[in-house]
Amino acid sequence: MTGAATHTAEFRTPENLVFSVTLAGPAIRFVAWLIDMLVIAAAASLFGRMLTLLSVFSEDIAGAVLTLTYFAVSVGYGMAMEWFNHGQTLGKRVMRLRVLDSQGLRLRGYQVVIRNLFRFLDMLPAGYLVGGAACLLTRRCQRLGDMAANTIVIRNAEPGRPDLAKVAAGKFNSFLGYRHLGARLRQQVEAGEAAIAFQALLRRDELGDAERVALFRELKEHFAALAPFPPEAVEGIPDEQYVRNVVDILYR
Amino acid sequence: MILDLDRFIEREQPRWRELEAMLGKLEAAPGVRLDLDGSLRLHYLYQKAGADLAKVRGQSAAPQLRAYLEALVARAYAEIHENRARASAFSPRRFFTRDFPAAFRRNLAAFWLAVAVTLAGSAAGGALVRWDPEAKEVLLPFDHLMGSPRERVAREEGSPDRILRQPKSYFSSYLMTNNIKVAILTLVTGFAFGFGPLVLLFYNGVVLGAVAYDYLAAGQGRFLAGWLLPHGSFEIPAILIAGQAGFLLGAQLLKGSRDGGSMRRLRAAAPDAVILVGGLAAMLVWAGIVEAFFSQYHEPVLPYAVKIGFGCVELTALAAYLGWAGRRKPEEKLP
Repeated sequence: MTGAATHTAEFRTPENLVFSVTLAGPAIRFVAWLIDMLVIAAAASLFGRMLTLLSVFSEDIAGAVLTLTYFAVSVGYGMAMEWFNHGQTLGKRVMRLRVLDSQGLRLRGYQVVIRNLFRFLDMLPAGYLVGGAACLLTRRCQRLGDMAANTIVIRNAEPGRPDLAKVAAGKFNSFLGYRHLGARLRQQVEAGEAAIAFQALLRRDELGDAERVALFRELKEHFAALAPFPPEAVEGIPDEQYVRNVVDILYR
Repeated sequence: MILDLDRFIEREQPRWRELEAMLGKLEAAPGVRLDLDGSLRLHYLYQKAGADLAKVRGQSAAPQLRAYLEALVARAYAEIHENRARASAFSPRRFFTRDFPAAFRRNLAAFWLAVAVTLAGSAAGGALVRWDPEAKEVLLPFDHLMGSPRERVAREEGSPDRILRQPKSYFSSYLMTNNIKVAILTLVTGFAFGFGPLVLLFYNGVVLGAVAYDYLAAGQGRFLAGWLLPHGSFEIPAILIAGQAGFLLGAQLLKGSRDGGSMRRLRAAAPDAVILVGGLAAMLVWAGIVEAFFSQYHEPVLPYAVKIGFGCVELTALAAYLGWAGRRKPEEKLP
């Protein structure tokens, strides 16, 4: 693995292929853990109700079964789910997280066991304070269990493409006639810039009038500098519509 | 490079789908091995997807496509470049007859270190109680150990019915889970350069030494042996093995950058630590059963000779098991 930018881990394979994964931060991991805790508590509660029948015969045995079951589930839940579900507990699945070997290789059984046993340490003194602090302080956002097991937790890529209907340029996009300029635009504009323009259109109603005008003017000037369309294509088009046309080309 | 994204996706998508399907099958059944043609095809599709990823890396329009291809290449990379031995399915029989005792023997130095720390703690605990009997109140965490040993022995031997009536299943489950938690904590605190097991084992030794001295000084050695040996012959070695596993992890960090760095060494040592934890957890389950259902009975219900004899047999069997079980005969050893 090579050096990584903030919140991403970049891998360079022996074939010189490069791919990166987005690392999950402590906040989203905490939410996933809360979901898992709810699942465990619900399972324990359900099992406790079922055991009331057994407690009619022997409260002692019912208490023992409940204690052992709760312990086995609370310790074994993470291990079993991550092993059988390719690095995902239910909480991680909901939050689109996944445990991965830190070198990008397949997750091994001992790694799953070690990282889950280390929860005993990461949870100290309360609310995953040790693990959370370790996450914040390490380059690859690892809690102690991840370091010991050589694992990382990544955010899964969102499948599908953005909902263009919300930002569509309308029936007529005067830029579509200039295919070579559209291609240049796709080449020149970086992914982050495209995402900013897309978000600006999605959240336009959250902005005040002056801020909205200023933002779209800035975006338009930026895109126009990267791939200038001829005057007849841009004549009479407000800045916001210009950006809408650009996003339409970039994402379509 | 200028890319017509729609045509690019249309042209390449069938190969991505094929790679996805191959990976899905391999991930679902890790034991499955591809034949030569399948392996070559997988490698080709992986390289093709990698090349496609390189094409879309600079494309602003394709953040989702890039993310999709990165995930695909990452999955293929994990399958193709995984050269660690494939783990065979877990077999409890193999684990207990070979893996656990072998892992114990491979890391014997760490075990003897755990024994030494515990013995040092025991000596300290015994000495503290000898010189300052008041120290017992500070050192011992259990109420039933606070009073005079003679009074406790008289009380327990005098009212066997009380012990016979006590609920034992819940007590047993409590002992198992609590001891396993302590063992896990001993293991994981080894990550602090072995400092955690050092402290926990020393303290455990202090408690043991203080109790042993207290009972021996009061002339209650038989009661003590009859009470502790049946479950202690498994419980104490289990905690020592937890310390062994903790020291094993700590040692990898203490060696610094030697042998490819601490993370590489941790990766190599972690499987043994996991095997040791699995084995000691089974030992603590047995100890919990014995402590609740056997150790708490004293004379006249159960003669001390029987209890001590049982404990000695257990200890001898455990030592023989850990020392010899699963040893390969010389002709079976790998070159």
